[in-house]
Amino acid sequence: TMALKFEVLGRCNRARASKLTLPHFECQTPLFMPVGTQGTIKGLTTSQLEDIGCHIILGNTYHLELRPGSELIDELGGLHNFMNWPRALLTDSGGFQMVSLLHLADITEKGVTFQNRIGADIIMALDDVVKTTVTGPRVEEAMYRTIRWIDRCIAAHRRPDEQNLFGIVQGGLDPDLRDICVKELVKRNLPGYAIGGLSGGEEKDSFWRVVAQCTAALPDDKPRYVMGVGYPLDIVVCSALGADMFDCVYPTRTARFGTALVPEGLLKLKHKVMASDMRPIDPECTCMVCKKYTRAYIHSLVTKDAMGSQLVSYHNLSYMMRFPKGDIPEWVCDAMEVACIDISTCCFPSKD
Amino acid sequence: MKFAVKAWSNGGRARTGVLQLSNCPLPIETPSLLLTTRKGLPVFIAPDLLLSLPSPDSHLLHVSPMHFFEGASRKTISNIGGLHELVGLQNYGFSASPRDSMVCLPVAETTNKFGAAFETPCGRLSIKPSEYVEMVSSLKPNVWASLADEVPAYASESRNKTTVDRTIRWLDECISLDQARGTSVLGAIVGGSNVDERIRCAQEVAKRNVSGFWIGGFGLGDSMDEQGPALLNAVVDNLPKEKPRQICGLGLPEEILQGVASGIDLFDSTYIYQLTLGGFALTFPLERSERQFSDSYMIDSSGSDYTKINLRATIYRKDASPIVDGCDCYTCKNHTRAYINHLINVHEMLAQILLEIHNTHYYLRFFQKIRDAIREGEFDLFCQEFIHGRRDHIAMAAMC
Ligand SMILES: [Zn+2]
Ligand SMILES: [Zn+2]
Repeated sequence: TMALKFEVLGRCNRARASKLTLPHFECQTPLFMPVGTQGTIKGLTTSQLEDIGCHIILGNTYHLELRPGSELIDELGGLHNFMNWPRALLTDSGGFQMVSLLHLADITEKGVTFQNRIGADIIMALDDVVKTTVTGPRVEEAMYRTIRWIDRCIAAHRRPDEQNLFGIVQGGLDPDLRDICVKELVKRNLPGYAIGGLSGGEEKDSFWRVVAQCTAALPDDKPRYVMGVGYPLDIVVCSALGADMFDCVYPTRTARFGTALVPEGLLKLKHKVMASDMRPIDPECTCMVCKKYTRAYIHSLVTKDAMGSQLVSYHNLSYMMRFPKGDIPEWVCDAMEVACIDISTCCFPSKD
Repeated sequence: MKFAVKAWSNGGRARTGVLQLSNCPLPIETPSLLLTTRKGLPVFIAPDLLLSLPSPDSHLLHVSPMHFFEGASRKTISNIGGLHELVGLQNYGFSASPRDSMVCLPVAETTNKFGAAFETPCGRLSIKPSEYVEMVSSLKPNVWASLADEVPAYASESRNKTTVDRTIRWLDECISLDQARGTSVLGAIVGGSNVDERIRCAQEVAKRNVSGFWIGGFGLGDSMDEQGPALLNAVVDNLPKEKPRQICGLGLPEEILQGVASGIDLFDSTYIYQLTLGGFALTFPLERSERQFSDSYMIDSSGSDYTKINLRATIYRKDASPIVDGCDCYTCKNHTRAYINHLINVHEMLAQILLEIHNTHYYLRFFQKIRDAIREGEFDLFCQEFIHGRRDHIAMAAMC
């Protein structure tokens, strides 16, 4: 059984635009999911998140289990009710952070139980994540452990009619290991799949190749989620390669330090040249912040006043809900070529 | 700015009025609360959320020009078009005065004949009347208070006299430097806790070409219970009735009622900000009919009392009710006490956003009730019931 419907509405070679119907919301993919670790996106209300077009929010099972606890969330009607978010939610597995709360022996089952109580539309299977910079037998071990754990997660899952359990493809940068993992997971006929273990520490050239390999091997009629990927450029590339869902703490975290996302890259609002800049953060942006405020004013707020981080987070998430454009480095052009997408008419390779 | 008194309480000083500001579509009724801002925006309520507050009651904001001595320059602020454009609140009214009672406080011992000193986040700033007027002319608030030499209640007699002399001299300087020649100036009235100096200051300021009055020197180590009311009455009795009076430093519900009883029209108060930071939410009964039956509020160690609850307290952990049943603010319509308790526990900023919305909304409604009571000739009764409700509640809690 599955608690989602996935319908591809349009394609551009490997890229696709789809309608993902989840128990709480009908989402449009490709989509970006902001991270709301503790049942809130820092500094924004749920109505503001609806206003900027956010479809799914991520919750962190480990943090929510610590405070306020999944039992309390369950008692108060699940996380949707608790935080009053009418649209879709996704919870991560809690991962190895959970070791501090639980016995290693039943971490898989308990992790699923916590997620069943929290009640998100999508719940993630527990995986054994190894940094992509690690090589050797540890990578293989982690991949096989992830496969063993998926069966325990499936068995422990009590609400398959209301929550979708996604499996996570591991295997580091090794194409053979990734291949074994994809095949094993696809056999389980899960409602959706994630590509895990791409932490940002790896070379971009290795990164996109893993994504390309996995998206090609995953079923066409299921959503594909690249975990922890959130730089605008990475999202464009992964979308071109057939990925549908992304998450990252970056847009809100960087906002708190006064950095705004703009088509040209990053805008450091803290910089003193901003003090006399009369332009909005992004002149092309239609968000509330860009309609109302100059860089000069936001410069005076960032890293000093709560409102600074609220306004820059608002812009950054609005920005993430749309698609970036701008200068493109060489590795993107290579990936686009594999995806058979001609970007020469809209983008210019950057000089460096 | 235009101001007109509309109604007086029976035999008292309390009054209702209307304040008409050129850029605000609707007149603002007084007595009225000025929303606290940091650099022109509410501390936690973003401009889109500001729209959910009662209108036009929420359209009057306080701003401290002292906040703008860092960040964008005066020239940039002027180029942008002043404060209203800078903060994107074109239909809102701003009343400016240097002290914000949060992060910008007067330092009486450093203030000298040249200018007033303030403790601010960017260190101790001394500001001359000319510098102050220059900043105000870049910001272009709707009204602004002249620079004052504010001293705490325990200041000496001679210091109180200096305070008044200096503040009046600075008022004259402010008016002469102001291009609009005082048409949007609120003359600052000081004098510490000395009634004679307060009266002298009020009489001198009243002689000047000002459009209203700003009463300073409260909330600086004094207690409103003791001589506050007598001081305030003495000041107000020496002011012309047709001009508005703004006060800084009164915030508690009882202090607001006392201020209104003395004839104050505008309250520039950081009470909401302080409640919000402490995790408090206002809950006192707004309707007179509810006031006798208010035994549901428990005094506990978290600092909750007749007027407020502390959402940090563990009793709200599983409380699925809104802060106040029937409150139509954004927070109460959308969120539970349990959720806010969680947000406070995990130090999430949304807690302060939701609390500032509820507390501001609630206090604006309290002011609405005060205005209604004055209009209906029942302001004295309203005050008595409020004070009694609180006393009964304390008595009841003591019995449990
Ligand atoms: Zn924007
Ligand atoms: Zn409320």
